[in-house]
Amino acid sequence: MRNITLIDAVREAMDEELARDQRVFITGEDVGRRGGVFRATMGLYEKYGPDRIVDSPLAELSIVAIGIGAAMAGLRPICEIQFADFIHPAMNQIMNEAAKMYYRSNGAWPVPMTIRAPYGGGISGGLYHSQSVEALFAHIPGLKVVIPSTPYDAKGLLKSAVRDPNPVLFFEPKKGYRAIKGDIPDDDYTVPIGPVNVTKVGTDLTVYAYGMMAYYTLQAAQIVEQQDGISVEVVDVRTLLPVDRTGILTSFKKTGKALIVYEDNLTMGYGAEIAAILASDGFEYMDGPIRRLAGPDVPGVPYSHPVQEAFMPSPQKIADAIRDLAAY
Amino acid sequence: MADFKKADLLDMYYDMVLIRRFEERCAQLYQEGKIGGFLHLYIGQEATGVGAVRAIRKEDHIFTAYRDHGIAIARGLDINALMAEMLGKVTGVSKGKGGSMHLASREHNFWGGYAIVGGHLPLAAGVALRARYMEEDFGVLCLMGDGATNIGYFHESLDLSAVWDLPVVWLVENNQYGMGTAVKRASGVEEIVKKAQAYGMKEGPRCDGMDVIATYEAVKEAMEYARKNGPVLMEALTYRFVGHSMGDPERYRTKDEVRQYSEEDPIGKFGAYIKSKKKGTDAELAELDQKAAEAIEAAVQFAEESPDPTFESLFEDVYVD
Ligand SMILES: Cc1ncc(C[n+]2csc(CCOP(=O)(O)OP(=O)(O)O)c2C)c(N)n1
Ligand SMILES: [Mg+2]
Repeated sequence: MRNITLIDAVREAMDEELARDQRVFITGEDVGRRGGVFRATMGLYEKYGPDRIVDSPLAELSIVAIGIGAAMAGLRPICEIQFADFIHPAMNQIMNEAAKMYYRSNGAWPVPMTIRAPYGGGISGGLYHSQSVEALFAHIPGLKVVIPSTPYDAKGLLKSAVRDPNPVLFFEPKKGYRAIKGDIPDDDYTVPIGPVNVTKVGTDLTVYAYGMMAYYTLQAAQIVEQQDGISVEVVDVRTLLPVDRTGILTSFKKTGKALIVYEDNLTMGYGAEIAAILASDGFEYMDGPIRRLAGPDVPGVPYSHPVQEAFMPSPQKIADAIRDLAAY
Repeated sequence: MADFKKADLLDMYYDMVLIRRFEERCAQLYQEGKIGGFLHLYIGQEATGVGAVRAIRKEDHIFTAYRDHGIAIARGLDINALMAEMLGKVTGVSKGKGGSMHLASREHNFWGGYAIVGGHLPLAAGVALRARYMEEDFGVLCLMGDGATNIGYFHESLDLSAVWDLPVVWLVENNQYGMGTAVKRASGVEEIVKKAQAYGMKEGPRCDGMDVIATYEAVKEAMEYARKNGPVLMEALTYRFVGHSMGDPERYRTKDEVRQYSEEDPIGKFGAYIKSKKKGTDAELAELDQKAAEAIEAAVQFAEESPDPTFESLFEDVYVD
């Protein structure tokens, strides 16, 4: 057992998969000698060389699309986009090629690739270095969308992503890269893509969250438990697509109350899907309004610190929302 | 060579020093935690920005990338409002919403810095389209880094500007690296101006971007050509003396290389040039240094004393009513 940071877990996952499977390679901007903007690939260039840790030109569309072609031809690319905000030039390739390739070839051409991108706000990155883009991709069948909130999950899920025969979007909470630490076992393990995870058992209400917000929610749950005696169950929705309907419903059947937390814009965010599932399939268990706490519907996360804080959900805001719902 | 008046030379010198002091002060404020996020400094590239911006007219327009402080200062944006933006204050040029990478001012025809690399190129072409459409006499100076010439936006924008004869000067500030990637590791041609040939576009010069006068003259000629005939692709060969952004471990270049370039400091060189032409004395230059330092200190004070944006500002300007 070792206690490591989330970004170290990401690096370890790639390191082990590179060692395990010769078909695995990494490409992206400055992933090589520089070790990546956030240093997620630090040391891998030295270990695996320039043929497997490939610095690309500044060209997101091609980083992804060359990955798609390579995956079609049997390689296992891990494509790094420096910030989720820069993934949009590659949107056409992801939506029109990666997601549809297996379907259009009637099952002949799988696209076994992983696209990694740090997402999220709270680091004063401003309008173009803070975006949460998961809902855009979670809308596209054929893709898988994964967001870890712990080092254990980051490593286990990323290894699963690399081994998965489908295109996987792997979004990493950049604010938690070094802030989130956790224990991981020493030997090889994976975490399956698909099931949600109950990270805290409780009885009064359920909070659904992923990524940085799942981390904050655990803090909030502790606050309200100590200060208000509210027993919160926390469901970490670490796979967003395919949707784990059963797993999402299970907790709700027990508590009957749900708060969904995400930092993406509220409207059409991922929480809307969770709310819809609970409303339609969990109706007879419902014991209160389904609530969402999310980023406001504005085009970006502003730079200025107090306004950024106003945008972002925080442990305190989550705790307040929990109290509110518990009192209903 | 153009015949510069003493006042013009000293003005350019002052702008370069002002940029340098601004950047040095920003680095400090970053260390103190007063500037957050990502900070890309212009130290080393001052001659390119000042030469290029001074070479165009007020009615011409400017786009640039996120390394934009020097361009904003050279264009004459209020130094107080720029520093306030760095600190995220409501008195900032973007009311604190944008920060370092998105400085802009419509009244200066400065459409600002853009953080999505290459994303501003087609926008610059679009602004230039207005000049043709309305038969107005202005051109667009679109600055970008060497790295930006490898993203698809570059290809589409240059091709389209050539097909439609748009009045754009595509000015590549070639500082030899895109983040940690040397030009030759990312671009099929090292001489970026050669890319012009693919579009049948005028291939402009590769001017010495460490020489403010050389840059001025090259951009002036390119802009005159562009306004009359259509786009030009040109380069200013320059170098950033500091990391890509704050905290860059700079593992992609040697300390020796940085030292060598830093010895060719564009400000020192230009000061020596002014003196050799007898257009200024040591005392006059020192006075400008002093004036710049004071202006920056006043700007920092202004910024620190300015109020934060309000909570309500988060919801402003989402839609035109
Ligand atoms: C589309 C996009 N991809 C990646 C980045 C991250 N990034 C910011 S600057 C940069 C390097 C750009 O280099 P260059 O164009 O040469 O400009 P310089 O930094 O040298 O001024 C990269 C990769 C980004 N901002 N936008
Ligand atoms: Mg560059």
